[in-house]
Amino acid sequence: MSAAAAIPSASAPFPPVPLTKKVLTADHPTWCPGCGDFAVLAAYYRVLERLQYPQQNIVTMAGIGCSSRFPYFVNTHGVHYIHGRALPFAAGLSLGRDDLHVFVFGGDGDGFSIGGNHLVHTGRKNVRLTYVIMDNFVYGLTKKQTSPTSPIGFKSKTDPTGAFDQPINPMRTLVNSGATFVARSHATQVNHMIETMERAARHDGFSVVEILSECVEFYEGAFDAGNPRKGGQFRVIEEKKHDGTPEDELRHDPADELAAYRLASQPWPGVFGVFFETNRPTKNRLEANLIAAAREKTKAASDLALLQSSFRRLR
Amino acid sequence: MVLPVTPHTPGADSAPDERRAVRDVVIRLAGNSQDGIQTIGGFLARLAGRSAQDVMTYMTIPSTISGGPSIFQVRMGSGEILSSGDQADFLVAFYQHSYESHINSLRPGGVLIYDSDHVVPNPEDRRFKSVGIPITGATVEAVGGSSKDKGKNLFVLGLIARILELDPAKVTGLITERFGGKADDVVRNAILAFDAGYGTPANTLQECLCRFEASPPRPAGRPRVTVDGNTALTFGLLAAGVRHGAGYPITPWSSVMEALRGELPKYGGVFVQAEDELAAIGYALGFAYSGHLAVTGSSGPGLSLKMEALGWAVMSEMPLLVINVQRGGPSTGMPTNVEQSDLMQAIYGSHGDAPRVVLAPKDAEDCFYIALEAGRIARAYSTPVLILTDQALATRIEAFDEPDLAALMVDPKPDLSPRGTDFQPYPIGRITRHAPPGAPIATGKYPTVSGLEHDELGHPTGSPGLHVKMTAKRREKLKLLAASLPVPEVQGDPDGEVLVVGWGSTCGPIREALKQLRAGGLKAGQVHLRHLHPLPPGLGEIFARYRHVLVIEMNDEGLYGFGQLAMMLRARYALPSITSITKTDGLTFRISEIVNGVNRHLGNNGSHA
Repeated sequence: MSAAAAIPSASAPFPPVPLTKKVLTADHPTWCPGCGDFAVLAAYYRVLERLQYPQQNIVTMAGIGCSSRFPYFVNTHGVHYIHGRALPFAAGLSLGRDDLHVFVFGGDGDGFSIGGNHLVHTGRKNVRLTYVIMDNFVYGLTKKQTSPTSPIGFKSKTDPTGAFDQPINPMRTLVNSGATFVARSHATQVNHMIETMERAARHDGFSVVEILSECVEFYEGAFDAGNPRKGGQFRVIEEKKHDGTPEDELRHDPADELAAYRLASQPWPGVFGVFFETNRPTKNRLEANLIAAAREKTKAASDLALLQSSFRRLR
Repeated sequence: MVLPVTPHTPGADSAPDERRAVRDVVIRLAGNSQDGIQTIGGFLARLAGRSAQDVMTYMTIPSTISGGPSIFQVRMGSGEILSSGDQADFLVAFYQHSYESHINSLRPGGVLIYDSDHVVPNPEDRRFKSVGIPITGATVEAVGGSSKDKGKNLFVLGLIARILELDPAKVTGLITERFGGKADDVVRNAILAFDAGYGTPANTLQECLCRFEASPPRPAGRPRVTVDGNTALTFGLLAAGVRHGAGYPITPWSSVMEALRGELPKYGGVFVQAEDELAAIGYALGFAYSGHLAVTGSSGPGLSLKMEALGWAVMSEMPLLVINVQRGGPSTGMPTNVEQSDLMQAIYGSHGDAPRVVLAPKDAEDCFYIALEAGRIARAYSTPVLILTDQALATRIEAFDEPDLAALMVDPKPDLSPRGTDFQPYPIGRITRHAPPGAPIATGKYPTVSGLEHDELGHPTGSPGLHVKMTAKRREKLKLLAASLPVPEVQGDPDGEVLVVGWGSTCGPIREALKQLRAGGLKAGQVHLRHLHPLPPGLGEIFARYRHVLVIEMNDEGLYGFGQLAMMLRARYALPSITSITKTDGLTFRISEIVNGVNRHLGNNGSHA
């Protein structure tokens, strides 16, 4: 028996609501006009429309930052937690309730700086949830300080002469962390974003999507190099089809960790798509196994009988 | 499995009538941490619990990985045992350093039992009766084989059983239970060592044989259990319905998380060892938001790391249990010593105006019941509740009546029922009742649980008026709780010269001191607080009935001369009669420290007791 199985489903007697953009829309976003995050929000609505999970079983949550205002704009159960710590909260939520679909949204500061340790450990634990990092290479909510992904030379209020700390490479960090689905997209490429986020949502494990989402206020043009309409190139990863053709030899195998790492090391603006995908047992599954083994050993004794026998041993 | 039969029976020279009758004895075992003295201390405690005796233990463990001096003190006897005893009646010294460090904890006239293979006592020191026994050699001889001196703890146990006239069949029964799961020769060796100790020639021990006075008959009722504080707390959490939690290892909290990690899967629950303290409270809050009663905990520095998230729990009004097994601080401080210096942090830690509930168990038994009380309050008032226990309570073993679990067990399941059209996540006039995810909302408007100041629907707001109202809401619900709490019980004289006030693990020692003071003619009472924030009603009236209100705490007197609870009570009741007796040596209060402290305050120099 798993912990989740014990929870009665409330969705049965409640008439299911078809998820449309209208149903999913909540407060009007507080982002600056032109912010890339609007497109991410629109893509998320589309993903939920496609997935049609019961509305009450979806949780949209975030830490702190511009992008982390996200939950207020989505009409699902929502959590606005503290800076950098959304992942452990979301992991507890996922482990506590296997019937839920947990989506976490945040920025590069939240994910790679203050929350860096949680990112690595949630990857290691492979908790079933989806994490979307809206990376704008700058601290926006606090008005232009250097972020962990700001490139060398970026002039900010904390680096007026240009940043010189080596920026984090999100894909390399994530592949290394043990996350079982690692992908990258661009806020100007709506269809790609929707496809990628949907695949992430369907993945059974910790899935992370980094989306380059421009801050028009403090880092205008940051991602033009990946945007064909601004003269850049949006190069999509071609995934191996295992069809035995010679051209397939050149395609990327997302199960190949080393290939993913090499792909992540390509020069700016790099490539987009699924870098890494593997099936490792989730913590949700492993904890459920632990419970099943313990329940078998105790012959599914009642809680009362279990505690009574613990006390009996102390007589 | 065939067990050797205990061959020795006490000779005529030790017939019960020739033994000295005692009310209780304090035995201090001093050795190194690998000698297994905790094991025999535990046996003695359990044995006392199973007999008519009451018991309380005290132990220290070195903060090193392996080795280092370690002691275990057991006080057992007839009638109520309130402390582990100021001075030992028996000191068992395994090594020269044990002898030298602890000889002064033996009362004059007490019995020093030393391992003559390792210890050479000072021949000039004639304050004690000295009994030298080749504990190491005799153990090796008795057990034989390659086990070296392993088992000398059980030899000593046999020796103590002989001295105190403990039932050898009961002791060997316990040994068999304890080691039963291991190989046969483990049990056999243990029994051999025990028998050898028990068979120590009577003439060697002549002067120190004693027996317990008949205990007052215990009302027939529930069976007795002997439990340490952290185990009682863990079982209390299970009884309270906690099925989910998270933690990070730190002494002396770790044993709670280890036990929960082992137990919870049996109950269908999950306990996560998180990557750090901040993640641990994050996981716990995730569990809590998902509709479960959840726990996190830590000690000292770990609590500091949880404080930001605790602020979120207050703002979002999330039910949560947070355990603090206090130790000496600040910083890494004295990790294996006791202190009550986290009270102010528990009440005021974090940032902003963040009212939450703080409770403290008064003894090992109360560690069980306080968890139930914390769970009840967290759910009823949708609030984080901190439980302040401490290092002394964590490891202290006491005997108490087994709780009536059938009547006490709570089974809170997430309430996923649909919420009606009147649902609001943060109603100003009512206590918040969260709708966990999975619960459909009839209005079709799903709530966001928030750390930003919010309106009744959970939308962020910068409105000054709403911040005033919501701050008041979070405060007023705890005032509702306060009004519902029982007026604390007064022990001793209902009015008079002195009221001694304490909180946490000091209850027993303070009560024992109170008995001495009253026996010496002082009109004195005691109040021990379990609810520290909010404070229970009626305290002002109680305080007014005494000339002096002395708050006894294991923390520093601070810049203004008052301990942390005394500061709180002075601020709350504005009574100049409230003052402090504090200490910071990292050790539990001795009875004499409290008695002398009270007398010093009264200017009596020891005239009471």
